[in-house]
Amino acid sequence: MHLALFLIFGALCVAGALNLLLQRHPINSALSLIVVMSSLAVLYLLLGAEFLAAAQVIVYAGAIMVLFTFVIMLLNAGREERTRGSKMAYVIGFPGAAVLLALLAYVFISHSGDFHRVHVGEYVVSTAALSGVLFRDLLLPFEVTSILILIAILGAVALARKEH
Amino acid sequence: METGLFTFLIVNLIKIVVVVVILLMAVAYTVLLERKLVGRIQNRWGPSRVGPFGLLQPLADGAKLFLKEDLMPLAVERPLYVLAPMIALGCALTSIAVIPFGANIQWHGVDLFQISDVSIGLLILLGITSVGVYGIALSGWSSNNKYSLLGALRASAQVISYELALGLSLVGVVMRAGSLRLRDIVNVQTGHSAVAFLHWNFFEGFQFVAFFVYLMAAYAETNRAPFDLPEAESELTAGYHTEYSSMKFAMFFMAEYANMITVGCVATLLFFGGWSSPFGHFLSGSGRISTAILAVFWFVVKVFFFLFLYIWVRGTLPRFRYDQLMGFGWKFLVPVAIANIVVTGLWMGLRLPVH
Repeated sequence: MHLALFLIFGALCVAGALNLLLQRHPINSALSLIVVMSSLAVLYLLLGAEFLAAAQVIVYAGAIMVLFTFVIMLLNAGREERTRGSKMAYVIGFPGAAVLLALLAYVFISHSGDFHRVHVGEYVVSTAALSGVLFRDLLLPFEVTSILILIAILGAVALARKEH
Repeated sequence: METGLFTFLIVNLIKIVVVVVILLMAVAYTVLLERKLVGRIQNRWGPSRVGPFGLLQPLADGAKLFLKEDLMPLAVERPLYVLAPMIALGCALTSIAVIPFGANIQWHGVDLFQISDVSIGLLILLGITSVGVYGIALSGWSSNNKYSLLGALRASAQVISYELALGLSLVGVVMRAGSLRLRDIVNVQTGHSAVAFLHWNFFEGFQFVAFFVYLMAAYAETNRAPFDLPEAESELTAGYHTEYSSMKFAMFFMAEYANMITVGCVATLLFFGGWSSPFGHFLSGSGRISTAILAVFWFVVKVFFFLFLYIWVRGTLPRFRYDQLMGFGWKFLVPVAIANIVVTGLWMGLRLPVH
């Protein structure tokens, strides 16, 4: 049951990601991104992270992607033109991607002994346990991150403000 | 699980069908209630011709909407134009799945008065609400009509702004219950004395501030008056559903009323003790069956009160201006909701012994 769900939503996630790249209209790409985000939420849920799954849907699939579609609608972005792609992409992009892939594969293979098997859907991390970790054991990194985000918000406000 | 997978599926399918049918009936009669009440507020009768007291009016409306021609304007974005009302109605109907209607009564290991008892029920409700806005946003954009687009833009901006206040207003209640499961939140509020209603979050938890923030944010989330700017008829013709006709229009309409009912259910569960009797043992039943029925009775009464309030507010208050709407949401509701969290936290910290 869990495996079937994992396969379905994993496939949906990959299909959404591919569709995101292949679609020519930005709003279709944005909608594919919503599908990817929501499928990721299901995958989190299968791994037992229920709060993370809900937060993923509320924050990413909900608020942030609404903002994306909002901007696309407001700018009235039209269809993209298909080009052959820049030469730089062929010269640097493909070798770069290949190198990155090889590096990741090397790291994974050389450390394969450190990994454990994950059993999908076996345990659930309750929200209370998560908040214990977040607000007691990792309080300092959490607060530092929130200050970082606050600085980013202030920066955005400062940039968006009209000069008088 | 004691029950087999097959029984589980069958029983749940029956539950879903029953709940959806009851919800859609409730939606139809909420529309009639609204037309009647707004009629009375405006010193006229409202629908009174179809059936006794106009009681069959929803059926006539439904038949009319089914039989109307489904116009498809030529310049619309075809797949999204069709998809948008489905998203709106789908999200509105899905959110009822986590709502418990009555006491936890098990029958062969199946909870009779709730489709699914989820440990993060409240978050799921918020998540579905935040996805539901795509129905309105996409409908406005894909209609290829400037009024629709303006309505959709207003709706998206309004919903993301007020979602913040909505989410923050619920934190106080969650802190008090220590759980996101809706049944746990109700169980915190039940009491057995004759004044059991004093145990409600609204009174005992000092969450009335949170309740008013929730109520106003929820009105904005459901695009209801006085926050119905996405469909302001004096400025935008009909807003996001200008180009929709027949059943597609009806789907938006049903989604709006289903959302109203869900908001009423959530307010009942979080602040007004859910299905528990407000007067302790008075009218809470003695046998198994009477307990179950009276629990549902109290729940329905409380939800009805909220629907009544919705309509009353609609009949009384004028529409906000757009900048007033944004100022109210960001500069008033959000700070009040945050202050409520701080005060609730202090109060709990002073009352509870430190472990």
